[in-house]
Amino acid sequence: MTQTPLSSPPASPATAAAPANPVKRFLAATEIDTRLLGMLAALLLIWGGFHLYGAVVNGNGAFLTPRNLWNLSVQTSSIAIMATGMVLVIITRNIDLSVGSIIGVTGMLMGILQVDVLPQILGLGHWSIWILTCAAGILCGTLIGALHGWLIAYRGIPSFIVTLGGLMVWRGMAFIANGGKTISPVDSTFALLGGGPGGNIGATGSWIVGLLACAGVIWMLINGRKQRVKHDFPKRPMWAELTLGAIGCAAILGSVLLMNAYPLPVGILRRLELPEDAFVSHGFAIPVLIMIAVGIAMTILMTRTRFGRYVFAIGGNPEAAALAGINTRWMTLKIFALMGALTGIAAVIASARLNSATNALGTLDELYVIAAAVIGGTSLAGGVGTIYGAILGALVMQSLQSGMVLIGFDAAIQRIVVGMVLVLAVYLDNLYRARTK
Amino acid sequence: MTTNTGTPLVEMRDISISFGGIKAVDHVSIDLHPGEVVGLLGHNGAGKSTLIKCLSGAYQKDAGEIYINGEKAEISNPRDARHYNIETIYQTLALADNLDAASNLFLGRELVTAAGFVDDAQMEAETRKIMARLNPNFRKFNVPVSALSGGQRQSVAIARAVYFNAKILIMDEPTAALGPQETQMVAELIQELKRQGLGIFLIEHDIHAVMDLCDRAVVMKNGQRVGTVNVGDVTDDDILGMIIMGKKPAKAY
Repeated sequence: MTQTPLSSPPASPATAAAPANPVKRFLAATEIDTRLLGMLAALLLIWGGFHLYGAVVNGNGAFLTPRNLWNLSVQTSSIAIMATGMVLVIITRNIDLSVGSIIGVTGMLMGILQVDVLPQILGLGHWSIWILTCAAGILCGTLIGALHGWLIAYRGIPSFIVTLGGLMVWRGMAFIANGGKTISPVDSTFALLGGGPGGNIGATGSWIVGLLACAGVIWMLINGRKQRVKHDFPKRPMWAELTLGAIGCAAILGSVLLMNAYPLPVGILRRLELPEDAFVSHGFAIPVLIMIAVGIAMTILMTRTRFGRYVFAIGGNPEAAALAGINTRWMTLKIFALMGALTGIAAVIASARLNSATNALGTLDELYVIAAAVIGGTSLAGGVGTIYGAILGALVMQSLQSGMVLIGFDAAIQRIVVGMVLVLAVYLDNLYRARTK
Repeated sequence: MTTNTGTPLVEMRDISISFGGIKAVDHVSIDLHPGEVVGLLGHNGAGKSTLIKCLSGAYQKDAGEIYINGEKAEISNPRDARHYNIETIYQTLALADNLDAASNLFLGRELVTAAGFVDDAQMEAETRKIMARLNPNFRKFNVPVSALSGGQRQSVAIARAVYFNAKILIMDEPTAALGPQETQMVAELIQELKRQGLGIFLIEHDIHAVMDLCDRAVVMKNGQRVGTVNVGDVTDDDILGMIIMGKKPAKAY
């Protein structure tokens, strides 16, 4: 699974394949997923397009600015976190239409808990309120997901129906929970998790995160090479390893520079009692760090554990998976419970960002989440999908959304464009797969 | 090959299983000794595959008993069957098409590192070793098995059964999708495994393959056992008569 196509064992992949085209040779040697490159190119095209349109038509190219890209990263977090779970659901040939409503109901539960219940018991502003609230929210999401999974796996109800029912039931529950009233404001520490004022780690923190990430990239490359040497598998040429390391570290440090280039606005400087002309960097927002942590954890889960292997096996051939001794029902239940847990995390971020809990929180999120997973290359036929693809897919969806807001398209046009892009993306993916087969 | 004294490796007694009122297998008993190849013959729908799936854990029998080495065995899922060293090569091969050869070979029994993560490199190395023995021309270790030819897929399925030290091997039409050369390869493998003392159930339509490879043949028709013969004692016409007309020759029991 870790290595990619190659020919006879003794020859190195570069010399064995030896395509004349330097671009192809580069891709073969570095073993970069060409689909990933396609998505990145599409993303850059979207970003550049919005920026140019703004610059030419409105006289103000606002898209490719640190401020907008920082906001984009925060807006992407909650959808991206759910999309990583939706990948597993779709790989195993299921669907979850209920995530938006689960956000609504867990958001309300957390709102009631941290505003009405816990302060009564612990006292207003107690340090543990945000922790208990998050734990309760994630637990609530997990239990709802597990219930869905149980109905699907052990009662044989199609996932489409169970989660369509869930879509309505949990939205209704979210309304009933507080009689339709909005709860606001939430606990002040909890609110930081949404990336609002103060919900970022500043320049120094961002550099530390960035350098740790670079160390991680280098460690992965070295370790991967060691494994190949140990088992006498073909190695990547050294220049390819170095190029990969350089690209990885440059991308990480570039994003640190970008996040640090967006200063705190004057209002917040005033609140922090800093001089108004000081340049204090935002750095990474906390929800973005949560998203990165979830993305890494889910990638490890899918590529390095038996659980992940079984998810792919069930998606590829459910019957074969069962004959290989995999308990496919229990797996389905666990996958939906995991989807619920991730939805709980997304609910924390969404309600913290809003600094309130409303019964409409997360409306239509299920469609954005599914679209993100599918744009990211998850096949609705099952068996195929990646975590990084889903996160990139979420970024594409969010870029379209906020880009159109930025250039002044109204909501109707936004929906038309997003809908068409979804269909087009899947069509292009079909073409790509047919050609590479 | 009539020296089948001693405890049989497998004994299935009085097995019955029905689906929606139709008796797919109706009070059938068969046995298998170490180093023996027993052919299971019959028309499509005669109940051969269904019977054998009770042994491999894919189906649960409604009635009857299974004994492994003389001891009563409870097999209610594929994991139980593997516990008794029963390995099955299904007609459909039962491969996850989106995974590579190593992932399929170790599916459900992955090798893990000390930290509990799947050890893909180790699994690939093991796969390369066993494939070098079974099918030296096999090169496609890093592509999904959907990209393999019928014969290559078959060798992955066989490697999976052989790698884990099976004592009882079930082969459901192992050569149905293969060319002549690959069929020969499977025949040689069966002989080799037999010499190693495995017991093999072979579901097969090709009467010549049965005459060549099997020691005994069990013929089924409409869910019932027509009879069992020692292949050396009968002609292929005798066996065909059993399959087609359910006619039991004198030497059958």
